[in-house]
Amino acid sequence: MNHLILIIKREYLAKVKNKSFILMTFLTPLIMVGLIALVTYLTSVNNEKVRTISVLDQAGFLKGALVSNDYTIYHYLESMDLETAKTLSSQNNSYGLLYIPNHPLDSVSKHIKFLSEEAPSLTFVTGLESKIEIRLKELKLEKAGVDLSKIKAAKTYVNLNQQSYEGVKTSKTGSFMKLGFGVLSGYLLFMFIIIYGNLIMRSVIEEKTSRIIEIIVSSVKPIQLMLGKIFGTSLAGITQFALWIVLLGLLMTAASFFLGVDFSATPQNDMMTEALNNQVVNSEIQGLINDLWGLPIFNLIIAFILFFAGGYLLYSSLYAAIGAAVDNETDTQQFILPVIMPLILAFYVGFFTVLEDPHGSISIVFSYIPFTSPIVMLMRIPFGVPLWEQLLSLTVLVITFVITVWVAAKIYRVGILMYGKKPSYRDLVKWLKY
Amino acid sequence: MKDLLEVLEVSKNFGDFQALSNVSIKVPKHSIFGLLGPNGAGKTTLIRIVNQITMPDSGQVFIDGAPLELHHVQQIGYLPEERGLYKSMKVGEQALYLAQLKGLSYNVAKNRLKHWFEKLEISHWWDKKTQELSKGMAQKIQFVVTVLHRPKLLIFDEPFSGFDPINANLIKDEILQLRDEGATVIFSTHRMESVEELCDHIALIHESKKILDGKLVDIKRQYKTNSFEVGLSTSNKNQLKRLIAERFDVTNADFKSLGDDLKLNVKLGSGDRSDDLLAFLSQNASINHYKELIPTASEIFIQTVKNNGL
Repeated sequence: MNHLILIIKREYLAKVKNKSFILMTFLTPLIMVGLIALVTYLTSVNNEKVRTISVLDQAGFLKGALVSNDYTIYHYLESMDLETAKTLSSQNNSYGLLYIPNHPLDSVSKHIKFLSEEAPSLTFVTGLESKIEIRLKELKLEKAGVDLSKIKAAKTYVNLNQQSYEGVKTSKTGSFMKLGFGVLSGYLLFMFIIIYGNLIMRSVIEEKTSRIIEIIVSSVKPIQLMLGKIFGTSLAGITQFALWIVLLGLLMTAASFFLGVDFSATPQNDMMTEALNNQVVNSEIQGLINDLWGLPIFNLIIAFILFFAGGYLLYSSLYAAIGAAVDNETDTQQFILPVIMPLILAFYVGFFTVLEDPHGSISIVFSYIPFTSPIVMLMRIPFGVPLWEQLLSLTVLVITFVITVWVAAKIYRVGILMYGKKPSYRDLVKWLKY
Repeated sequence: MKDLLEVLEVSKNFGDFQALSNVSIKVPKHSIFGLLGPNGAGKTTLIRIVNQITMPDSGQVFIDGAPLELHHVQQIGYLPEERGLYKSMKVGEQALYLAQLKGLSYNVAKNRLKHWFEKLEISHWWDKKTQELSKGMAQKIQFVVTVLHRPKLLIFDEPFSGFDPINANLIKDEILQLRDEGATVIFSTHRMESVEELCDHIALIHESKKILDGKLVDIKRQYKTNSFEVGLSTSNKNQLKRLIAERFDVTNADFKSLGDDLKLNVKLGSGDRSDDLLAFLSQNASINHYKELIPTASEIFIQTVKNNGL
């Protein structure tokens, strides 16, 4: 036990003192913030460009329908033919020319054209189309003798007040939040396994290539060394993650404070705010807070810790075994693939199945299979999973973890003293019997 | 208890490959025991079994009369043939870490390390990174770490490889001193001159089997051929040679001498004694050189391996 602590301490310090580790810890948040700031800046530059759209409305249907704003100016051309309009708009450096020929209201929609030098962006076209559609629809309704003001008055927004049978309030935003939690925790686990699993593997290989391994295992049991390595590296990983989160937070605040980069000012956000503005916002925010408290937070935190730890330890023992089996990193490829496959599978199942139907049979099955359960179960839990299901899945995970560690330790014990030949899978099976 | 280590009928297979087959050895207390054998004979496997790195398929190992258990690793110091150090760690903290793994407390380890570093005049290495050390320097650190916890049993696998002659001598003297202070030493090596110089007992392992063991002097006595190397001054070499050959088995010998001697290896017959040869020679010539031919460890090694290899 004493040895284990010594090994954990050494592994932790060896990782934390490592220059590239320190560099990564401080550079990654800088690079991330830098990239986000750059993207935000570029988008804002892109948006600030004012587009002039020439409109040749021979039918006269769109009068007053296209209103200029800060980014788009609609320039109505009067009484000329299409050719003149084209020359004119290209002379004016217009972004494009919208052409509505003189056709009756019923058939005009098929003949509307947009002419431009370069292909217009998809969002722009969609926006323009919907504006024209609304206008034409209104005109058609008016023609049919419908009072538009009545329609406007009758417009209703519905926001379902969701509740479970037990009376717990849920809502759309609540679902979004659950989704967010699931995706975030799944993604975190995925990244954590890949980054620090690799680190463990490399540190095992390093011990082999530096030939210190035999000195160590003449003092401690190989399984102690392996577990010490896994725990030490994990602690270093947690340290790094925590620092990343803190640094990211600080940098984001600093950047938005000093450089005036508004991280929420992406065009998507603008559109969403616009959409939200049309609705009653106040009760939504109230609901958001309610939803936050309505999530099974205690359950989430405990489950996150347990499944995260279980899943990570399961995979990292496999990484340690791979490291022990080979002599150098280039030989690891053939063994890493089958380890990463279930991980990726879990991630996709999580994204495409769980978020669609958290209690469907595929979701349930994958939340029991130990190699996918940490990610899938973490994604399911926010949607409410009975405690016994969580416990069962956790038990399966722990049992598998114990078996995997046993197998990995066997491979480790033999592999660390094997040099030269790259082992095949058959060799690994043989090693289990040594 | 006379023997510190006893290995009893130990066998080990790796898949279809037999690494050790019913090997038994006894290592007497305070002796230097040479474990010899060609490459791949099973020496390292045997050493790893004693260190509990590998588990035997069958057989038993006793330390000081007690069956080998986990806590015994603290009484063994092992310097493997494949040895290295953590490259990015500092020399001092690394030595401290390895010593603590052997059960020493931080303070005891630190004091003893200071002492050893001063003794070997390497104190200024303490804060160096291991990757700055040369191979020989790293070997010194490894040696210190191996003996630091004052183990009863020291196991050295090719301890002198990587050392220059000066440092090899230094380490050899340290090993002898440790033996005098009460340690028992097992040596695994190919270097027969160091076996000759250091070992009291040897065991020879070949193709997973022990084919020879015992006290080195006993083995030499057993392997000697009753041959003598002689250098004689005479006026007629050929005649003298013929004369001796009538009585004894004679072959030409080659050694350095000052005069123009007749140099011969003479093998005694079963009934003859050394005195008979001397008397016979002194009657016929003047003797400048007379020496019993004792087989070297190297010759015994080669001869035994050849005989058993067929």
